[in-house]
Amino acid sequence: MSWEPVIGLEIHVQLKTRTKMFCRCELGFGDPENTRTCPVCLSHPGTLPVPNAKAIEWTVKLGLALGCEIAPHAVFHRKNYFYPDLPKGYQISQYDQPLCTNGRFLVPGPDGDAYVGIVRAHLEEDAAKNVHVGGAAGRISGADRTLVDFNRGGTPLVEIVTRPDLRSAEDARIFLQLLRQTVVELGISDAEMEKGSLRFDVNVSVRPEGSSELRTRTELKNMNSFAFAARGIAREIGRQIEIYEKGGEVDQETLHFDPTREDAPPLRSKEEAQDYRYFPEPDLVPLAPARDLVERARAELPELPGQRIRRLERDYALPFYDAEVLSGLPALAALFERTVAAGGDAKATSNLVMNQIVAAGVDPAVVDGLELAKLVEARGRIPRAALDEAIAASGTPGFRADDYTADTAITDAEELRPVVERILEGNPSQVEAYRGGKTGLLGFFVGQVMRELGGKANPKVVNELLREQLGL
Amino acid sequence: MAITRDEVLHVARLARLALTDAEIERLQGELSAILDAVGKVAELDLSDVPPTSHPLDVVNVLGEDEPRPSLPVGDALANAPSREGGFFRVPAA
Amino acid sequence: MIDTLRLTAEDAAALLEDGEVAAAELHGAYLEAIRARDEELHAYLTTVDAPEGEGVPIAFKDVISTRGIETTAGSKILAGYRPVFDATVAKRCKQAGLPLLGKTNMDEFAMGSSTENSAYGPTRNPWDPERVPGGSSGGSAAAVAGGLAPWALGSDTGGSVKQPASLCGIVGLRPTYGTVSRYGIVAFASSLDQVGPLTKTVRDCARLYRIIAGRDAYDSTTVELREPVEIPAAEDLRGLRIGVPRELNEVEGIEAGVTDAVRRAIDLCGGLGAEVATCELPRSVEYGLACYYLVAPSEASSNLARYDGVRYGLRAEGNGAIREMYERTRDEGFGDEPKRRIMLGTYALSAGYYEAFYGQAQKVRTVIAREHAALFERFDVLVSPTSPTVAFRLGEKTENPLAMYLSDVLTIPSNMAGLPGLSIPCGLSDGLPVGFQLIGPQFSENTLFRAGHALERALEFDFVPPRLAAKDRA
Repeated sequence: MSWEPVIGLEIHVQLKTRTKMFCRCELGFGDPENTRTCPVCLSHPGTLPVPNAKAIEWTVKLGLALGCEIAPHAVFHRKNYFYPDLPKGYQISQYDQPLCTNGRFLVPGPDGDAYVGIVRAHLEEDAAKNVHVGGAAGRISGADRTLVDFNRGGTPLVEIVTRPDLRSAEDARIFLQLLRQTVVELGISDAEMEKGSLRFDVNVSVRPEGSSELRTRTELKNMNSFAFAARGIAREIGRQIEIYEKGGEVDQETLHFDPTREDAPPLRSKEEAQDYRYFPEPDLVPLAPARDLVERARAELPELPGQRIRRLERDYALPFYDAEVLSGLPALAALFERTVAAGGDAKATSNLVMNQIVAAGVDPAVVDGLELAKLVEARGRIPRAALDEAIAASGTPGFRADDYTADTAITDAEELRPVVERILEGNPSQVEAYRGGKTGLLGFFVGQVMRELGGKANPKVVNELLREQLGL
Repeated sequence: MAITRDEVLHVARLARLALTDAEIERLQGELSAILDAVGKVAELDLSDVPPTSHPLDVVNVLGEDEPRPSLPVGDALANAPSREGGFFRVPAA
Repeated sequence: MIDTLRLTAEDAAALLEDGEVAAAELHGAYLEAIRARDEELHAYLTTVDAPEGEGVPIAFKDVISTRGIETTAGSKILAGYRPVFDATVAKRCKQAGLPLLGKTNMDEFAMGSSTENSAYGPTRNPWDPERVPGGSSGGSAAAVAGGLAPWALGSDTGGSVKQPASLCGIVGLRPTYGTVSRYGIVAFASSLDQVGPLTKTVRDCARLYRIIAGRDAYDSTTVELREPVEIPAAEDLRGLRIGVPRELNEVEGIEAGVTDAVRRAIDLCGGLGAEVATCELPRSVEYGLACYYLVAPSEASSNLARYDGVRYGLRAEGNGAIREMYERTRDEGFGDEPKRRIMLGTYALSAGYYEAFYGQAQKVRTVIAREHAALFERFDVLVSPTSPTVAFRLGEKTENPLAMYLSDVLTIPSNMAGLPGLSIPCGLSDGLPVGFQLIGPQFSENTLFRAGHALERALEFDFVPPRLAAKDRA
């Protein structure tokens, strides 16, 4: 039997607002412990939450980017449970009336568009940081005490829940990368996994190919990179298939990965039936995003990475791979478009931008498209060295392609002939070797001529002269 | 509406209350009586009535994303039953 | 010689303004009265010797956070807790120059109607020390009635300002929900809690409400007042339409002496020019108490989750893991009533019960609000007794939680609808004060003050407990 993986994701994105979700403590990273706290985020008696307007605006923006409906009436709920990193004994979150629901997110692929369904995207507050000490370092088990730092507690956090629409570890990786790029380009999050500003859990199950059933799923938690997650998912898919093929049943359980030790096997735990006693947060009034504000936000939404891939493919007849790479860096895609608009051939421009501009470490944002178009046009007729030099300089102010292209190169054979003769005379042993069959030395001679002339010679003419002089 | 001893124990666990046997027994009786009384709300058919979770009809009360000073760490920790450096200390979680 | 038993806040302000008395002298007179009488009454948990401010001194219920001054909410779990910030109402009183006399006793976490649920011992009624002052703001009410403060702040969730005002023979306002900031008020039930003044006169009540009311950026559930607070002066009730809801005046358990005193006050309203008519609030009264005892404990069970021994307050001694620390801390720190309500609320919110209990109660709340709104199309004010009984004896209801809960049966319905309510003394029954409740639509405080003031003038109730007046003369 062949098996089909069914994968859904739950992604947490910390918003990079200046202040916390429900108080105005300034957010930072790496501050001394408990220096970014106030009576509200320490949950002193009588303190009350005041929602961060920017966080709500950004969640709406993200919801729109995910193709969600923005609720006309959304409510914060309390999710009640005890843990030292949760100072109120409840987390303010959203439950059955979230801000964003029912979206679809475009994930272009080489074989066409895929859409990942978004169940919901809601806003909540992040927990504080617990440090478990005294036992085996950093591990929960065996610690003899826990130290709590509330600096991070209360950071605005968007939770995005996908439908189980992903069918492979690779799909999941591509989706996550595109989602990450989307939030970064929206300017609402750093989305850096190593800083914890992007985190995700994965639900995995498998089913017989062609079936539409949903079998028991396991939840994978605490993965610290896309690649690590992809490996973990692939392993879990294999494990479940093996169980079913041996006639067994998959248990509903959670696999906790150790983010500090990729090679460690995940800890397994049964999913406890939690009773969070959700109820509407009485300290807050409902949210009712004004329709005109939502429509304005929709109109102001920038082009999203997924759409950009599709447009580059379509408008410039680029292969998917090119479109994906260009889109991966918006400044690169913009340079590509400026250059083509100035007359550069699309595929040639794409190659030059993706490979040489990137390899040269030039900031694509500062390159003049018109000048780059001239280089694209000249690329076949100027020496490789000259082209490389030109590209390396393309980001400097006042860069002019003409300084590097044929316009200044010597094309007159009569002017070049004496130089060619001088080079051949000066390298008799190489001439002999060439005539003995080592024709690969032609490049050596071309290089010598070019060096003599500071690169300012038409390589085609130089080649012709050399062949003529060497008599072959 | 009678509440069982097991339910009392379950709720006490959810609420993180270590109750003595005497307390459990007393609460079982008291809660049963109170639930009987408050269960009265079920008499009304309110399927068409929206819930009120808030007495005032206001929405969108928000704060601007402008930082205000945090507490000095000494104030943050001033009432802590136990601390270690700048951290609050608790038994292993 | 300052007669703290008789001096109103308004008179005290006049003395200060005229330079007849210095602020420190005035404050000292109350501290002296506290020394003389509070051993018996136990209205205060903490007193302040050298406060800031040149105005009329004030007492706060111990539910109001005061920077650097112990704030316990009547609970052992907050023993020794000194807030690092002021509640917004405390800040506003400071800005108005009111020096703090101290923090008053209360039922633990404002859960109770007699102040017997305080972890620090009960407060006694200045009219009869064998009787309770009501609750949960019993300390504030007893302080004002007993001449230990010219005015005070309490908090009201199900009737905790109105009912003790009634039992102590003074004036108490539960304001419209959302007009007074809850920031820094140790929370009991967030959708119901509201701070209110306890005073000797309606004019004092309006003056204090004017100081504390208004939108606060730290409390998202506050709103601006629709109109400025007016200090009432009119002595008639011409043009006022008064409704007398049958159920609020006839529900089982109202003492005959209470009904008589209230009936006389209603008759007086007619004499002052008001139009008086009976009306009905059938479901609000019948289902109000049940609704309240689902909503308030549910919210309380969550609001009291923060008392976990991590950041402040009590932590139980001993070894063990975090869960054990939580459970023992909360067992040792909370008294019987908070435990009972935490259990009840946790149960009502738990999986499988939410819809039948909390969900249904939220709908009953809508019914109650609509029933009141319909009456306010015909009436400006609804009136009833504040409490079905006069002050009861200490210990009389402590063994029967349900009997205690019935103390608030008349204050709860309007509270559920977020409406303002004023209690003024309207007479005596067996030598003990009877409270008269005036309820208005949201933001109708000015109407309530006007009606309350005119009635207060006509009733000529003497707010000084005779036994204290006699003692003072002796």
